[in-house]
Amino acid sequence: MSTDTTPPPVRESHARTWEGTGWGFAAKLVLMAAVNALGIYVAWSAWTVDQWGVLVGSLALVVVADVVYFSRRRLAGKYIYPGLVFLLVFQVFTMAYTVYVATTNYGTGHNSTQEQAVDALLIQNERPVEDAPTYPLTIVRSGEDVGFAVVDESGQVLVGTAAEPMEAAAGATTDGDRVTGVPGYDVVDLGTLLADPALQEEVLALRVPASQDADDGSYRTREGTRATVYSSSLDWDPDAQTMTDSTTGTVYSADGETGQFVAADGSTLTVGWRVGVGLENFTTAFTNPNYAGPFWKITAWTFAFAFLTVASSFLLGLAIALLFDDKRLRGRRVMRTLFILPYAFPAFLSALLWQGMLNANPDYGIVNSLFFFGARIEWLTDPWLAKLAILGVNLWLTFPYFFLVCTGAMQSLPNELEEAARIDGASRWRHFRAIQLPLLLISTTPLLIASFAFNFNNFVIVYMLTGGGPRFTDTSAPLGHTDILITMIYQISGVQGGSADYGLASALSIIVFLVVGAVSAFAFRRTRKLEEVL
Amino acid sequence: MRKTTLSVAAVATMALLASCSGGTEPEPAASEPAAASSAPAASGSLVVWVDENRQPAVEAAAEDFTAETGVEVETVVKNFEDIRADFLAQVPTGEGPDITIGAHDWLGSLIVNGVVDTIDLGGRESEFEDVAIEAMTYDGQLYGLPYALESVALVRNTELAPEPAPATFDEMVAAAGETDAKLPFVINTAGADGDAYTYYAFQTSFGAPVFVQNEDGSYTTEIGMGGDEGYAYADWLAEQGQAGEGVLSTDWTYDIANQEFSDGNAPYTVAGPWAISTFTDAGVDVAVDPIPSAGGETAAPFVGVQGFYLSAQSENKLVATQFLTNYITTDEAMQALYDADPRLPAFSTTAEAVASDPIVAGFLASAQQGTPMPSIPEMGDVWDHWNAAEASIISGQAKPKAAWDKMLADLDTTLNG
Repeated sequence: MSTDTTPPPVRESHARTWEGTGWGFAAKLVLMAAVNALGIYVAWSAWTVDQWGVLVGSLALVVVADVVYFSRRRLAGKYIYPGLVFLLVFQVFTMAYTVYVATTNYGTGHNSTQEQAVDALLIQNERPVEDAPTYPLTIVRSGEDVGFAVVDESGQVLVGTAAEPMEAAAGATTDGDRVTGVPGYDVVDLGTLLADPALQEEVLALRVPASQDADDGSYRTREGTRATVYSSSLDWDPDAQTMTDSTTGTVYSADGETGQFVAADGSTLTVGWRVGVGLENFTTAFTNPNYAGPFWKITAWTFAFAFLTVASSFLLGLAIALLFDDKRLRGRRVMRTLFILPYAFPAFLSALLWQGMLNANPDYGIVNSLFFFGARIEWLTDPWLAKLAILGVNLWLTFPYFFLVCTGAMQSLPNELEEAARIDGASRWRHFRAIQLPLLLISTTPLLIASFAFNFNNFVIVYMLTGGGPRFTDTSAPLGHTDILITMIYQISGVQGGSADYGLASALSIIVFLVVGAVSAFAFRRTRKLEEVL
Repeated sequence: MRKTTLSVAAVATMALLASCSGGTEPEPAASEPAAASSAPAASGSLVVWVDENRQPAVEAAAEDFTAETGVEVETVVKNFEDIRADFLAQVPTGEGPDITIGAHDWLGSLIVNGVVDTIDLGGRESEFEDVAIEAMTYDGQLYGLPYALESVALVRNTELAPEPAPATFDEMVAAAGETDAKLPFVINTAGADGDAYTYYAFQTSFGAPVFVQNEDGSYTTEIGMGGDEGYAYADWLAEQGQAGEGVLSTDWTYDIANQEFSDGNAPYTVAGPWAISTFTDAGVDVAVDPIPSAGGETAAPFVGVQGFYLSAQSENKLVATQFLTNYITTDEAMQALYDADPRLPAFSTTAEAVASDPIVAGFLASAQQGTPMPSIPEMGDVWDHWNAAEASIISGQAKPKAAWDKMLADLDTTLNG
């Protein structure tokens, strides 16, 4: 820019201008302050729980936000940034985390970190010495050292610290069974203890040896007013990464491959931790005889279920839409409303109701008593009938949607086409097949694909209606003839009880994701072709 | 852990600095213990997960606690069904509560996942019902503070069957046959899914416990349902099932079984205390008896125990234990828990106090005859196979021995890999 020409007046953005009232810039500052505060709060929370990934991520997001919004350029960034953040946080992160879990043994017995597993094992193996009495306890301090003072059965005061075993304290004063003073120590009252989290931690961690002999165990307290003698049977050696059982002498060493403490004879300790297992979960899904057989059957049924549901409900919806498109029909509005009703019920509620109505006993099941002359038909326990029942109920639930869609799409078709066809002498059927249907398909195909993807993962209907049953008789896995992939994953994840295997469940969900993704990609290409033809 | 304290102190200091810009020196941050005084000094807070029904009772106990110690207790209401999975998932991340309410049969999985701490009642175990302490004990350690028991019992329509129920199942069916009720007996079979929990007392009367028990009543991981006793029970299910006498049916769901009993169509049912109000609301006068024996031995139903668990990752363990052992373990708090959500109290004095109600006494008698549901982690894997086998036998779809053998084989695969 040369100095002798005046630059053309550039209009300042509202978000920068200080002219006028300056509200634009002020509003931006407030908004950005809020964003920064939120980011720093998240980072802080992450720091307190040692989540370094979240810490770095949230700080990076905040810095980028500041750069983008306070810089003069990066106009595109200002529009894209919020969307990108949501994509990162809600989609990319979730997917990445699922992939990560799929490569670990996360599940029952491998629930947390090694550090927490060690904590839990030490807790579980430190127990009160049998028949050890409980003594009223007073916390005492001597300089930095915290100690215990208890009154024993004979009324004698014993005092000790981590370094000095319990010994009778001469000159101690008591009030009932409470120690009120010990020479050389300050008495800490309960109020002080409860007000001081750091002291509480120290008191909980304190073990005062009962005597010089370590086998006699040590005093500890759980709540600050009583002490009992505990002894621990496990010793943790952080340098060697071993747990030693002091009663049997067995040494359990940490096995980083399986995430467990293993002894030489192969026995393990109860609590394990999470470790990476590579692609093992993916191979399990296909090779474990318990899962491999059902997996293929369930995959086939999942495709059949999704396809048949979409096909049947689309055809029924379309047929009824055509029927009601005929202007000679009376009371069309009322009838249309009635047809949409199933769509208005929550699916899980309908599924439960249908489960009751499909009860095989005609005394309880209204379907058998009204439509099948009171015959006993095992709708939910026969493998084929159960599949039919699922398809039927899902048809009942889904066709109103396609009825609505088709009605709408048909009303948007120009009337001229119909007239022209009639003048050309086309039959009703010919008109439908050659003109109406292709035009309808253009607008409904994306919805059909979406519906396919939805039904591919239609957990609610299967879970509520049959629970996946009736069960396969040729496998030990708790899976059944009407299970689809998503209910199989739920079953394996163990959320509803039983032993959980989140690693395997994640691996399976990735496989399902790939399948659904491939189907959608293929289908969308087909849709584009359909449009090109016309 | 220390980090939190530090950061809290830092925030507090910053806040103080900000507010004290007037020139006065800020007080030193909270790391210095407050001067020794009996006045409660507020510090930290406890987070307790609890379901909607029991929240008021826990809050009432918490009020005293807060007044005396200055520690706030925050109750977080959760769906009871979600608590177990959430606790397992959130404790390791540090997001879990300090204390949660839960059922004793979660214990096994809480332990192998390392999320639960032990509880030291300081010799007060004898103040609880034996079966409750037994249920919350695992490998010699007490892991939860029990407060309520629950078990099923035989519920009788006193109008149809005024006499106390006979001691055996066959006599009961015969007695029911003398009434003009449509069915002799109903029991929840959960439709075609099967409900081994409600049926369990009949199974134990054949001497086939789910897992082999040690002499002290604790469970091993060895399946106890095999052998002749197990087959005898399977045969009995088939005999009484739809292809046999037709006394039992997989057509009954929980709702249908309760409806039939409420309608006066059956003089007897097996149900838990949770179903009693359904019956009395329908105008049925009920009495509660122990479950009759089907196989000759004592019919021992599962006893479930509800209690409080302490998180292994709690940062306030001392305060939390103080709350549980000194503020929940009192007559008033236990009575309040009973009033909020009437389940059989596990605290003996409270149990005595409420046993004047004949229905409560009936369930208590049934529970005392029962055995705690196994809390070993393997228990969670048993239900699916066990329920399915029973349902297929009752419906007549499978031969009893074949179905029972398949169940045993499936359990072997599931439990032993």
